[in-house]
Amino acid sequence: MPSADLPSGEPMIVFDGVEKRFGDNVVLSELNFTVAPGEHVCLIGPSGSGKTTILRLLMTLEKVDRGSISVGGKSLSHMEKGGKLVPADDKHCREVRKHIGMVFQQFNLFPNMTVRGNLIEAPTRVLGLSKEEATARAQELLDLVGLGDRMDAHPTQLSGGQQRVAIARALAMRPDVLLLDEVTSALDPELVAGVLKLLRDIGSTTDITFLCVTHEMGFARDFSDRVMMFDGGRVIEDAAPEKLFTEPGHERTQAFLQAVVER
Amino acid sequence: MTPLWDWNFAGEIIPALLNGLRVTLIATVLGSIIAFALGLVLAVLGRGPRPVRIVVRAIVEFVRSTPLLVQVYFLFFVLPAFGVVLSALTVGILALGVHYATYTSEVYRAGIDAVPRGQWEAATALSLPTTRVWTGVVLPQAIPRVLPALGNYVISMFKETPLLIGIGVLDIVGQAREVGGQSFRYVEAYTLAGLLFLLLSYPASMAVRRLERRRAVR
Amino acid sequence: MENFGTFLSVLSQGLPETLIATIGGIVLTIVLSFGAGLALLSPSRTVRVIARVYVEGLRGTSEVVQLFWIYFALPVLVGFQLVPIWAGILVLGLNHGAYGAEIVRGAVQSVPRAQVEGAIALSLSPAQRMRRVILPQAVVEMIPPFNNLFIQLLKSTALLSFVSVNEITRQAQQVLVPRFNAQAFQIFLLLLVMYLILALVITAVMRTLERLAAARVGRRPSVRARQQAATGAGVA
Repeated sequence: MPSADLPSGEPMIVFDGVEKRFGDNVVLSELNFTVAPGEHVCLIGPSGSGKTTILRLLMTLEKVDRGSISVGGKSLSHMEKGGKLVPADDKHCREVRKHIGMVFQQFNLFPNMTVRGNLIEAPTRVLGLSKEEATARAQELLDLVGLGDRMDAHPTQLSGGQQRVAIARALAMRPDVLLLDEVTSALDPELVAGVLKLLRDIGSTTDITFLCVTHEMGFARDFSDRVMMFDGGRVIEDAAPEKLFTEPGHERTQAFLQAVVER
Repeated sequence: MTPLWDWNFAGEIIPALLNGLRVTLIATVLGSIIAFALGLVLAVLGRGPRPVRIVVRAIVEFVRSTPLLVQVYFLFFVLPAFGVVLSALTVGILALGVHYATYTSEVYRAGIDAVPRGQWEAATALSLPTTRVWTGVVLPQAIPRVLPALGNYVISMFKETPLLIGIGVLDIVGQAREVGGQSFRYVEAYTLAGLLFLLLSYPASMAVRRLERRRAVR
Repeated sequence: MENFGTFLSVLSQGLPETLIATIGGIVLTIVLSFGAGLALLSPSRTVRVIARVYVEGLRGTSEVVQLFWIYFALPVLVGFQLVPIWAGILVLGLNHGAYGAEIVRGAVQSVPRAQVEGAIALSLSPAQRMRRVILPQAVVEMIPPFNNLFIQLLKSTALLSFVSVNEITRQAQQVLVPRFNAQAFQIFLLLLVMYLILALVITAVMRTLERLAAARVGRRPSVRARQQAATGAGVA
């Protein structure tokens, strides 16, 4: 299903010389990496190292200052117009974004809609599905996340289930790429394991490309094909989890892992 | 055909409008003084014993929910029946002051509520007499906070004084109506009257907004 | 009270005009508040400037001046005279719409940024984000300040007596007081009570709307949710 229009062998996500500044503060500098279709990549590193910014750039919630990003072979920052490359407009961004889903730390469910409304809003209005199709799909996804009977509940009535609904909402758009931004950080401790298990299940039964920012090292270790260690706006280590967690090649990685384990 | 806008005529009526402005400003300043003082009294009474509180709240609600113009007529026609004969301008100032006191009392109330409980308790712990608690502890903390809001009500009152033409006060609009009516040239008269209001109230509200921002930062 | 029946019936003859002016003014106020309030947030600088000029211009001048300008000066410029009640509704709407624009702008800006980002992540278009996600949440914030604004508007309808709209204040001041001068106290007290009742009606309607809107965004449980909670239905 993913990358229908992506030539085989092409990466799903490409960061090419990306720089991002907030005022004088350089958050990301000269960032280059690719993610293959279906690959699961976790981003780890100290807070403020720019991990979340990467996800926000992919969702076009922030704009790049230099370099380019492409997803599924299409540029997020530029578009072709009359044979020339020009900065992307909102319409182009929206087109590319359709293939990308995101789950937020704070869920960001819409409080003015029920669970059903949250799940069918974008499929009906953006993808043009009929209400029946979208509702059927929503029911499937709610069953998948274990909340099949909460279709008419209000988001505020879902004690603990909000992040599961948010995950279902992102999946309802049938994304090629799913961005997970510290999705368990705002959860009560007893809910974390369940949500992580759900994500593992989704990861192993779909061919969605995952890019996750996480502080859960156990999850990063057994969910991802690759782990990238971030520090000071740069990737300082990029390796398979078995390698990175057992014999980190960089002393900053070592120090970081030690600090996380001791906590 | 006469031009739509006659500059000579516009120039001729400016002194009359400025004369009206003087009346408008007198009404605004004196009305504000009454509103500030009476509003404070209402706010303090509003924290008094329950029966007092209920009566004060009812009066405030009633005055706030009904038109100032009707209150102006009320005082203008009713006071003489009680043997109180005042000039139209004085009646107008009284009505403005009482009407706006119901707004300023709410402003003071919010300011007083914002003084932390600990301040009251500390004053009580020191056995300060009630009057001193108010004048020495609570109000000095509450009033600076509410100055921008009070300023906004002065500007509102300034823009509402023209309704005193209902009882014959010759403020800016009263003058504009006189000079416009004499020559049937209303465009210049009312446009200039509007500009006069804008000229004074816009910078004033800018100043209040700056004051608000400065306080928000601090 | 002597002549009470006469007072009540003469004042009531002005009630239709007062109600038309109030309701018409409120409708126009809502339209202009949303139009100008959203324009104040427009990405286009030109649109923002136009909205800003409208808001500051109307808030900076006096409502009585605006009324007289539209009733006496505008006909000279455009060549026809508005019916008094229409001139009145126009001024009430234009003036209060300028205040309402700031209410709408403030409420829209108070919706958490995270909600906008959630909508962006679902690829909703800017118009869909505003209509489906932001406005439904912002409306809850707007209702209490709009309640105050509508009561201000009701009070302002008394000004229409200046341009010979036969509303209740004009009935009192032009019809009753000349005939029953000695009973001015009773006449104006009755008039004030009529305004108070109208204000209470506005507040009651707005409170109901607020409860409904708040329930929709889950601020307080809706009646249905409360019933469900009581019976245990719909709780996993």
